Amino acid sequence: MPRRLLRDRRIVVDDWHYLDEAAEPHETGLIVPFDRWVAERERFLAGSSRLGVLLEPSQAVEQLAPDLPRLSLVAVRFPSPSDGRGYTQGRLLRERWRFAGELRAMDYVRADQLFFLARCGFNAFQMADQELEGALGAFHTFSAEYQASNDAGLAAHPRHRY
Amino acid sequence: MYRYDAIDKTLVAERVAQFRDQTRRFLAGELSDDEFRHLRLRNGLYLQRHAPMLRVAIPYGLLSSTQLRMLATIARRYDRGYGHFTTRQNIQYNWPKVEDVPDILADLATVEMHAIQTSGNCIRNVTSDHLAGVAANELEDPRPWCEIIRQWSTFHPEFTYLPRKFKIAVTGTPEDRAASLVHDVGVHIVRGPAGELGFEILAGGGLGRTPIIGQVVREFLPREHLLSYLEAILRVYNLEGRRDNLTKARIKILVRSLGIEEFRRRVETEWQQIAKEPLRVQPAELARVSAYFAAPAYRQLADMDPAQGRETAFRAWYRHNTQAHKIPGYRVVYVSLKKPDVAPGDATDAQMDLIADLAERFSFGEIRVTHTQNLVLADVEQARAYELWQALAAAGLATPNIGTLTDMICCPGLDFCSLANAGSIEVAKLINERFDDYDYLYDLGELDVKMSGCMNACGHHHVGHIGILGVDKGGEEWYQITIGGAAGADASLGHVIGPSVPKCEVPETIARLLSVYVERRDAEERFLDTVRRLGIKPFKERVYATSPAA
Repeated sequence: MPRRLLRDRRIVVDDWHYLDEAAEPHETGLIVPFDRWVAERERFLAGSSRLGVLLEPSQAVEQLAPDLPRLSLVAVRFPSPSDGRGYTQGRLLRERWRFAGELRAMDYVRADQLFFLARCGFNAFQMADQELEGALGAFHTFSAEYQASNDAGLAAHPRHRY
Repeated sequence: MYRYDAIDKTLVAERVAQFRDQTRRFLAGELSDDEFRHLRLRNGLYLQRHAPMLRVAIPYGLLSSTQLRMLATIARRYDRGYGHFTTRQNIQYNWPKVEDVPDILADLATVEMHAIQTSGNCIRNVTSDHLAGVAANELEDPRPWCEIIRQWSTFHPEFTYLPRKFKIAVTGTPEDRAASLVHDVGVHIVRGPAGELGFEILAGGGLGRTPIIGQVVREFLPREHLLSYLEAILRVYNLEGRRDNLTKARIKILVRSLGIEEFRRRVETEWQQIAKEPLRVQPAELARVSAYFAAPAYRQLADMDPAQGRETAFRAWYRHNTQAHKIPGYRVVYVSLKKPDVAPGDATDAQMDLIADLAERFSFGEIRVTHTQNLVLADVEQARAYELWQALAAAGLATPNIGTLTDMICCPGLDFCSLANAGSIEVAKLINERFDDYDYLYDLGELDVKMSGCMNACGHHHVGHIGILGVDKGGEEWYQITIGGAAGADASLGHVIGPSVPKCEVPETIARLLSVYVERRDAEERFLDTVRRLGIKPFKERVYATSPAA
């Protein structure tokens, strides 16, 4: 069964595959681990796939920044419910480096995180298939916020206080 | 005090709904223990030794009488008729049921309260000076800034899963009544080069296993940049704080390992790159929030001495449990929660109801919680102090011991907490039995005794003039004693005097320490000052001279 995920608040079939996965015909995008990207950037660029990079929590966004114009996707790994580095990585990608492609949260992603992830700029969420339907409501957990946010690339909304 | 508007109300109501759903999913087996743990810890709910513990936020320690009555109602309806006030100005309930917690949160929401940010690895409830707004030498009331920090930090999307908990304290006077030097971040209201108000920012303080005094990151920060600067600190911490070892995950370890200069450089570098405009505290917003903390309608009064001609008991109480107020004719009154036979910081539902009534009759309907686990009625007319005392005394709330040896800070200890090695409440009782002569206590003067049941230092033992730490020795409770710690503007860490002592000898050990002080103090010198002047040697020698165990 093809992998499905949440993208822009809709359930869609994933059209990307990771470097260590066999590509299905519809999976026209390739997600490369950051280390491999650094080492073999030119080889991947020479290929025909759309390209994305997978960042681990310890990897600095600014090292990827120069390559962002060449990427259509950045995936950020959340290895456990308690590791929150990816939230900062997401904000930096969107706000500081103006990354406009798909920003995907992967690995440990559950409904309870979606509201915060979206507010940090993530627009795609790779999670267990059976949780996708139920997770759609999580974007509306709160209908007000204190902080300005960058979800969906929006500027600060008048409701936001800070 | 601050009142919720539509945004605040919406957020808290939706939080209750969210947690109700999470609790339902947990009880239905859809969430594992570990997954639910991360969610309940966003709502103050711990699972402890005997029962769950729910910690309710009292932002910067300020309560209305209505709120305090609700805290009493919750104690009665869902718990065993009491609550425990903490060193971070919150309240804990020790016997709620997990399935009741959504209802408790819903009840709290009706009085604009919640349990957000009282646990978990997020920005915790901000604390402040319990004399905010009434201290004569205050540069500016810190509470509007606390409220602004509260709102900014509530559900902050980026900083909800930090390496470890993160505590901020804000003060506005040279004295530091909020222990800000042992917080992850201390925010001090100060004047800048041109006399303008701004902040001194400290970071890296903390207690626990590795006690460290906070260091200055920035000497002067223009006030409108407070939130962007805090974001810079938190961002550096979120990315670089250790996550491999829970005991090394606080920001103090990061600051110490980088050194304050390098830490400062990273924070400043980050801050230079942060878009400051969205986070700038606009004058209109500051004015909006500040208006909620406007001074109450004080009457024009002259100072008077209500103790004149009154009985000794009242005079002692007035001298020890009340304090100067910046407005003539008014006085700050402490409600002592340190009655000898009661666990320090505990109050019953009936006491809370009574204090709420008294706050309405005597102090504009507001109550403050102190870092030292007492309550304060901050705006009492001096002429009515006697009447207030009578009411407090009748309810066991007028123990005249504020600032003395028996005004101990104490964690819940073995009786409740699953981490503790020691029954700190029991030791507090032993100390109270030994030191029951008030003339002696008054002669000893200002003395901070702080006791923690384990290394986590919830009772702040490191910064007690006398600190008592429970340690486990082969299944028995022993106590390590430190002296020379302080939590105020002159914060310092206590020194261990020597081998730990068994529980029954804690009072005798303290008595020996105090005997050295009484013999060798200079006039007006506090115990702390004598320790600082003499060093620990003479104290140590006296305590272990002929071992009490021999």
